[in-house]
Amino acid sequence: MLTILLILLPLALSLIILIFKEEKAIRQFALAGSLIEFGVGVAAFIQYKTSCHCNLLFTTDWLATLGVSLKFGMDGISLLLVMLTTFLLPIIILASFNHAYSRPSAFYSLILLMEMALIGVFTSFDGLIFYIFWELALIPAYFICAVWGGDDRIRITFKFFIYTFVGSLFMLVALIYLYFRTPLPHSFDFQGLYAVRLNPGEQTWIFLAFFLAFVVKIPIFPFHTWQPDTYSGAPATGSMLLAGIMLKMGLYGMIRWMIPICNDAVQEWGGVAMILAITGIVYASLIAIRQNDMKRLIAYSSIAHVGLIAAGLLSLTTYAMQGAVIQMVSHGINIVGLFIIIDLIEQRTKTRNISNLGGIARTAPRLAIFFMLFLLASIALPLTNSFVGEFLLLLGLFEYSAIFAAVAGLTIIFSAVYMLWMYQRTMLGKANEFTENIHDLTWTEMAALVPLVVMVFWIGMFPGLFLNVALPDVMQILNYTK
Amino acid sequence: MTTIISITILGILVLFLGIQKKQSWLLPVILVGLATSMILTILDWNTARSYYHEMLIIDKTSVAFSLVLIFSTFLIFSLASHYYRGVERPLDDIYGVMIFALVGAVMMTSYGNLIMLFLGIETLSIALYVLAGSHKEAITSNEATLKYFLLGSFLSGFLLFGIALIYGSTGSFDLQKISVFVAACHGIYPPMFLAGLFLLIIGLAFKIAIAPFHFWAPDVYEGTPTLLTAFMATVVKTASIVAMYRFFTHTFYGIHGVWETTIWILAVLTMLLGNLTGLYQPNLKRMLAYSSISHSGYMLLAVVAFSPMSNNALLFYTLSYSIATILAFAILILIREAHGNDYFSSLNGMAKTNPLEAFCLTIAMLSLTGIPPLAGFMAKYYLFTTALEKGLLWLVLVAIAGSAISVAYYFKPIMAMYLKESNEVKLNVGRSYKVHLMFMTLLVILIGVLPFLVMGIL
Repeated sequence: MLTILLILLPLALSLIILIFKEEKAIRQFALAGSLIEFGVGVAAFIQYKTSCHCNLLFTTDWLATLGVSLKFGMDGISLLLVMLTTFLLPIIILASFNHAYSRPSAFYSLILLMEMALIGVFTSFDGLIFYIFWELALIPAYFICAVWGGDDRIRITFKFFIYTFVGSLFMLVALIYLYFRTPLPHSFDFQGLYAVRLNPGEQTWIFLAFFLAFVVKIPIFPFHTWQPDTYSGAPATGSMLLAGIMLKMGLYGMIRWMIPICNDAVQEWGGVAMILAITGIVYASLIAIRQNDMKRLIAYSSIAHVGLIAAGLLSLTTYAMQGAVIQMVSHGINIVGLFIIIDLIEQRTKTRNISNLGGIARTAPRLAIFFMLFLLASIALPLTNSFVGEFLLLLGLFEYSAIFAAVAGLTIIFSAVYMLWMYQRTMLGKANEFTENIHDLTWTEMAALVPLVVMVFWIGMFPGLFLNVALPDVMQILNYTK
Repeated sequence: MTTIISITILGILVLFLGIQKKQSWLLPVILVGLATSMILTILDWNTARSYYHEMLIIDKTSVAFSLVLIFSTFLIFSLASHYYRGVERPLDDIYGVMIFALVGAVMMTSYGNLIMLFLGIETLSIALYVLAGSHKEAITSNEATLKYFLLGSFLSGFLLFGIALIYGSTGSFDLQKISVFVAACHGIYPPMFLAGLFLLIIGLAFKIAIAPFHFWAPDVYEGTPTLLTAFMATVVKTASIVAMYRFFTHTFYGIHGVWETTIWILAVLTMLLGNLTGLYQPNLKRMLAYSSISHSGYMLLAVVAFSPMSNNALLFYTLSYSIATILAFAILILIREAHGNDYFSSLNGMAKTNPLEAFCLTIAMLSLTGIPPLAGFMAKYYLFTTALEKGLLWLVLVAIAGSAISVAYYFKPIMAMYLKESNEVKLNVGRSYKVHLMFMTLLVILIGVLPFLVMGIL
């Protein structure tokens, strides 16, 4: 029941919010609504922990003739991502209070609609319903980025839309193909789809179709070209939604659908796919070093970090898989934190070019401290959340191939280079005309950042809770590949 | 049968009201009349029977498609009071002719005899020639009617010749007897029969606007008064595709053959040409014309893939296509009124000046693209799975590629409305028109979210 409530509540909120006219009321309503949603998420978490095996399942017929049923539920992996979504949403909404977005009711309505679609993606246990939510998430994302985005947004967002839409059409074909291979009466139920026995040729095609859909979303080199433009062109809120949560859809899709269904093909072609991912890690890191726009720098660093997650997933080792799940959560938290900081700097100085900035630490020490914390978290310093994830990922990769692990390990060194260099150039040194009058964080801004920092250290120091939630399901996914 | 009788009576009533000079009565009478004939049609639901020596066969399929046709006409007539407001001259002739066209369309969905098919098509077409030119003062309308009439009557000749050749080789107009003949042929058909078959396909392909017989459509659509273009793009297309589907299901049921390849090729051509040419259209109306061409390509999938499921898939498809298209045309009417043209630049910034209308058009475009969870997605999904079940993998891949291409032009109006600077022209929309727009938008969403309402009925 809680699962369906998690989906329906944001939908209802996104419709109700349209009746408000005053901006303040809209903001408060959106924030309160997303906090209630987080409360429901916590309740689901507690219920899952206390009475496991229930999986919070909700099933009802939808299209009985076509074998489609509304089947929602959560295993440990879904649960973590749902928690991430419901946790980040209030923070993202709070962080957007600094902006006077035009037509606020439509803006916050789209954000809440997107939350509903994201939770739908993470909780669908039915192939077609998964696809429907997957595409549904794209519509609000497109409109948020296109309507409230920066310069050249029309071209950028259209490219984003075309890329991801075409990618997901391949997934639709694959799902329908699998549907016809299920025993009569055909069904889209995930257990049924897992049970389909495919010959090697078919598996390769299905793998390719899934792979294309997911890597465009993640994105992995060479399908990443939409990403830096979109992240930097989108409004701050849009970047946070895309980078923090939406790209996890691709990784989640790999775990939920691609690995269990085409396990042989993953083993056969995983090496090639991992080479792509690892190439992307090095390539994106090198480009990130040369970036002058802070948002673009973070965008490229994100390609490197998620490349590592994808490589770990494809290695099909227990360590890397666990690392991937925890790193999905950590990456979401860190990148949202970084985007909030960059957004705050941009609002105060009207620029996000590194070469224009400098000396912020003197005038705004709290801002500088928070920036440092997220930065260290994202370069995987021990005791921070990324350390747990990336350590496990590299450990798993090492089990698969020492060379891959060595090259992928470069991401940590590179990220230290570009992140610290960015910090040095923006925060330290002498203040200039852009930064001399900058004011420090306000209480509202602190309220958005503190929970993120708490999570950074909680996951970093006590990862057991989070790892244990997902462990049985990770083992089960891996069992399909044996 | 009651359907045809009741609509015909309605048409005569409209003309009679015209003679009585009761112009203000026309629309209420028509809307009530159409609603009544919908109810009468529903009463025929479970009483499958035939009339006049199998001239007309009323079964579930024909009843369901007749309902789609009447419902589409109903939606179009609901737009009429806005469209024709301020027009001084009497309108009973236009309305009357539209209703008689509907009679022809209904005949095309329930024929059991090729003569009846021809009669239906001609009733529909002759009415349309008049309607296309009903805006007498506009040169474009005259151009449209001339083009449509010349080509249409020429292609009617093809159709009639095809029917004659089929009669010549089978000795009957009756679908039942033709199917007996087809079954006796065991795959080897006499050349005369094949020639007749191809001529029949060509004649119908012209009416549906299937490539390469689609060239008339964009020009005629553009010149025809917009309200009647909506009628052409929905009612006429639905009726013609159903006529084609009915012919093949009733005569070739379960028998594969050369006609399948022909329609396969036509479908691929239509989907590719329709979608690719759609990319280069300067205005909304021509774009909708190409959109309707590519959608007829998708609908052909149901004809190629005939299986017990495919009539239901076609029903779902025609219904969701018709509603979304009428919705798009309803907004187009407003845009042409306010701007005098419908170039995409006229839509700029419509989201600011007219948020509701912009939203409705967006939903229509997204549904036609096939974005879940709207009606268009479920329709495409249902149709494509039906085709895949028959092993038409490559055809479905082409259709999916076509849908991917179509994003590029369906997003043109959306991008213009939401992302371009406003041109500060406010559309003039009355309250009842707004309610009507919202009703259709809601339908598009509801059919997508609750597809089982329509899906399992046949």
